Amino acid sequence: MTAHRPLPETRPAAPPKAARWWVIRGDLPRGAIWGLALAGLLAPLLAWWAATTFGVSNPMFLPGPDAVIKRLGHWLTDEGLFADIAISVWRVMGGFCSSALLALPLGLYIGTYRPVQAFLEPLTDFIRYMPAVAFIPLVMLWVGIDEGSKILIIFIGTFFQMVLMVAEDVRRVPMAQIEAAQTMGASRYEVIKLVILPSARPALLDTLRITCGWAWTYLVVAELVAANSGLGYAILKAQRYMQTDKIFAGILLIGVIGLLTDQAFRWLGRLAFPWLKR
Amino acid sequence: MNDAKIRISHVDKVFASRGKTVQALQDINLEIRPNEFITFVGASGCGKSTLLRSIGGLERHSAGDILVDGRAVDSPGIDRAMVFQHYSLYPWLTVMKNIKFCRQLKVVSDTVNSDADVEVASGRADALLNLMGLSAFADAYPNQLSGGMQQRVAIARALMPKPQILLMDEPFGALDAQTREVMHDLIRHVHRLEKSTILFVTHDVEEAIYLGGRIVLMAPRPGRIDSVYDVPLPAERHQDMKLSAEFLALKREILNRIRETSGMSTDLELLEQLSRSAPA
Repeated sequence: MTAHRPLPETRPAAPPKAARWWVIRGDLPRGAIWGLALAGLLAPLLAWWAATTFGVSNPMFLPGPDAVIKRLGHWLTDEGLFADIAISVWRVMGGFCSSALLALPLGLYIGTYRPVQAFLEPLTDFIRYMPAVAFIPLVMLWVGIDEGSKILIIFIGTFFQMVLMVAEDVRRVPMAQIEAAQTMGASRYEVIKLVILPSARPALLDTLRITCGWAWTYLVVAELVAANSGLGYAILKAQRYMQTDKIFAGILLIGVIGLLTDQAFRWLGRLAFPWLKR
Repeated sequence: MNDAKIRISHVDKVFASRGKTVQALQDINLEIRPNEFITFVGASGCGKSTLLRSIGGLERHSAGDILVDGRAVDSPGIDRAMVFQHYSLYPWLTVMKNIKFCRQLKVVSDTVNSDADVEVASGRADALLNLMGLSAFADAYPNQLSGGMQQRVAIARALMPKPQILLMDEPFGALDAQTREVMHDLIRHVHRLEKSTILFVTHDVEEAIYLGGRIVLMAPRPGRIDSVYDVPLPAERHQDMKLSAEFLALKREILNRIRETSGMSTDLELLEQLSRSAPA
């Protein structure tokens, strides 16, 4: 006969052990993660400040943080910083949104129906490899030099990548989710509307977040086209007058705006898809 | 015999890829009566899932006929619900909304004509939730549930439109042994309660015997029906029966037959040769 052992006595909880840092795919306390992130952002800033203050480099080529901040203040008060930001944001969003507006339905069809994929994917793949910058002369010839041309260049830079990524997101919807709906009597339209689209939404938002970053990288290129305003234009003009501090300010500003939109997308994702949390 | 719920006659299925063809099903003949619980076992590649998916209309057979209630199957339909092994729940919907999913579909909503119908339907959703022991989780999302609970939601969702046929493709394959036992008794209960015809594919022989009234053993290359066994157990089943003499005898017989037909025998002589030639 088996003897069943009684429940063990409860002992006082042992004090938590110190976190181990170098564990493959290990975890860290929250405080440590924030501290490291902050240090990672501050370290280059500090190095930059040190290099310029102790005269290691020529301020003509590498201006100090103080000079950049001063220039930024000047830009804000006298040179219409907000107008530059506004026009650049408008151009990026114009190119990005029109690209998303076309890429989402097109990608959905490519990812859902094999004939559409066979017809359009090789073409898209081909165009995707053409450098958007090389289209500038053509765009100027065809569209002219007004706002439309800048938006079109950002569009060319993002659209073709976006279509393929959307198609991939749609293809990743598990077949079992689709087949379950079909065996409940769903029509093709119902499968797309009630299963494929909602299922792909988080991945689609992620695709938009990533391609929005790419749209910003095409801004400076787009503003090469006979612009007289905008952050990219300001950077290009500053180069002409050797205002390295303004170049720095412009680059950093684009970085900050990009980071903010990225965080906004993430926040939107957390808000819209509460079911993703464990 | 005109009382067959499903009649499968001379069904072939050929997969063609890169010039090579694979005979997934060859000359399948089977008649399934209403309210039967029939299980399919066999070595991997024997076509048991393919056959189930063909009956479900998710796969098109190459030749022969599959008749459900005398009508040929050519697409999925609301009369044949399917339960998959996993990834079939909708993670963006709560448990209750997953179960009620079919009510948004036109084929189902067209049958709803009055407020009374709506009430009956939501009463059924509540009843299914209770039956599956999930009433406390109506508003939870699938990824907050254990694997066993997720499969219970999937079964409830499949039962919601009152399908006459339930097709189950290794639905408990990813669950642990204890959870699986609970699910077995649950699905037997559902079978009695809903009077549905259940076709159940599994690789677990014990599961096949415990659940089924009849067992179809399939063999690979080409996928075919090898033998059909009647299970000598009463309709009322309990876990202790798994240790009874007739249960174990049938299990031994089926396991041996699967081994014989799998084409993957363990060659003892070869193993001995290998161990002799191994460096000392």
